Amino acid sequence: MEVLRSEIIPVRSSEDVVNVRTSVRKLAAELRFGLVDQTKIVTAASEIARNTLDYGRGGELHMEAVHNGTKNGLRLTFVDRGPGIRDIDQALTDGFTSGNGMGLGLGGTRRLMDDFQVVSKLNEGTTVTITKWTR
Amino acid sequence: MEHIPILRMGDFLLITIQIDMHDRLALQLQDDLTEKIVQCGSRGVLIDISALEVVDSFIGRMLGNIASMSRILDAQTVVVGMRPAVAITLVELGLSLPGIRTALTVERGMQILKADVDASRSGHTDDLEEISDGSTSV
Amino acid sequence: MSASKIPEILRKNEGKLLDDWTREQGKIRDLNKRLSEAEVRSQSRQFLQLLQDSVILGNVEDIASDNFKGLRKFLEEVSGSRAQLGFTPSETATFVFSFKQPLFAQIRESIPDPAEQVDEIWSATRLLDKLGLVTTEFYQKSREAIIMRQQQEMLELSTPVVKLWDGVLALPIIGTLDSSRTQIIMESLLERIVETGSELAIIDITGVPTVDTLTAQHLLKTVTAARLMGAECIISGIRPQIAQTIVHLGVELGDIITKASLADAFRVAMQRTGFVVTRRAAVPAKSAAKGE
Repeated sequence: MEVLRSEIIPVRSSEDVVNVRTSVRKLAAELRFGLVDQTKIVTAASEIARNTLDYGRGGELHMEAVHNGTKNGLRLTFVDRGPGIRDIDQALTDGFTSGNGMGLGLGGTRRLMDDFQVVSKLNEGTTVTITKWTR
Repeated sequence: MEHIPILRMGDFLLITIQIDMHDRLALQLQDDLTEKIVQCGSRGVLIDISALEVVDSFIGRMLGNIASMSRILDAQTVVVGMRPAVAITLVELGLSLPGIRTALTVERGMQILKADVDASRSGHTDDLEEISDGSTSV
Repeated sequence: MSASKIPEILRKNEGKLLDDWTREQGKIRDLNKRLSEAEVRSQSRQFLQLLQDSVILGNVEDIASDNFKGLRKFLEEVSGSRAQLGFTPSETATFVFSFKQPLFAQIRESIPDPAEQVDEIWSATRLLDKLGLVTTEFYQKSREAIIMRQQQEMLELSTPVVKLWDGVLALPIIGTLDSSRTQIIMESLLERIVETGSELAIIDITGVPTVDTLTAQHLLKTVTAARLMGAECIISGIRPQIAQTIVHLGVELGDIITKASLADAFRVAMQRTGFVVTRRAAVPAKSAAKGE
């Protein structure tokens, strides 16, 4: 897989989360994703960024434009050194709980993207990598 | 800190969200709105999201909270102008925005709010008539 | 094996190679009908220049390496433009293959030792074969891109959204629904709902032979999305087989209104939007024509 472009964006405040949305939207548009796909990618990024901030105690986003030989793609890797996710399987099957929103909602976010990967270790941190490919 | 402007239109409050809000701003909006509903005695809230390109779970919850809180304060909420891409994404995310009424346009949203207010007004008139009949009070 | 002498041969004999090669291409039948001699010469000169740049460090084998990037890009452009001009893949590859004759001739002239000659000619053949095949691959890719774009256009054209009445849209779907088609249909319906401010959309699937789980789910998602936006959908034209399939698959339609025929759906739409249809005396066509 070829990495065409790479950028690191801090995720340490709620303004940063807005910045994540803006930057991801910009790159998705440049990679010629359709409007609906752009919206899905930005929404997924917003969800994970918020998790990184709220549960991961802040971290960063590695945003990359990639190429897999036939298609362009947008790969987002969110890294934090927070408490980690206790039960990844549960987090993935959790929908969004109404009310106080304790669920991480990763399951829903996964449906928005093509590739989705979570690596987490208690007390060490979490890395979430999501990718979407152009059609 | 900035606030999202809330306009008063008679019995109703109109909010147009035109910027990508950060979380604190969204929470501020919820607070401002509840205060204003009480202050103005508003019967309805219309939230125009036609400028929003992204609605994530946080904003979705905010809208849900606004609808719930307004209902407690006897006001209806209508969300108007959701973009197709946003609707498709919300469905995929699994967010159904329960308890939130939606309409395609501000005009239609206003019609719905007015109809609600008119309906409840005539309901109140009926109650008054019953009491003046001298029948058992509640 | 000692380093190839091809880079040197290319460098020292650029002019002659260009002339010989252009002449060689001139022998190709009908080439001059599609490309002028100036164009052929210019393309050939560019190729030679880029080829020299590519092999300058001595690598005449690995065309996937970075050195060859410029040459590969050039071949992609030539492939694309020739495809547009109606060249076949073979004709396009011949651009590269026709360079063999001049290059071999030059190698024979520049290298006296027969064994070495054979080695160099072999290297040259392998190099030009690879480059020729690359043009064929680029040709294929550009054809595929054109086909995909045409498919896309066809998909968009084949499912029009029509206005049945004030505030009522109809989407008659004909043919099988695959994942990508359903997504396109969904997006265009929702766009039209916003554009026309129509609160009711009738999705008619009379023309859909079969419905599988994925399609049913997509339809459900469309209806849910429309609802989120403030519009309702009615699904009509459900044939008995499809009704059976839906039950069989365990797809939950929830409170979505379904009607057997488009006419029934239209009636419901009229009620919902507050219109009343009354019957008056029919106006016969004849008197209308007489202008009465």
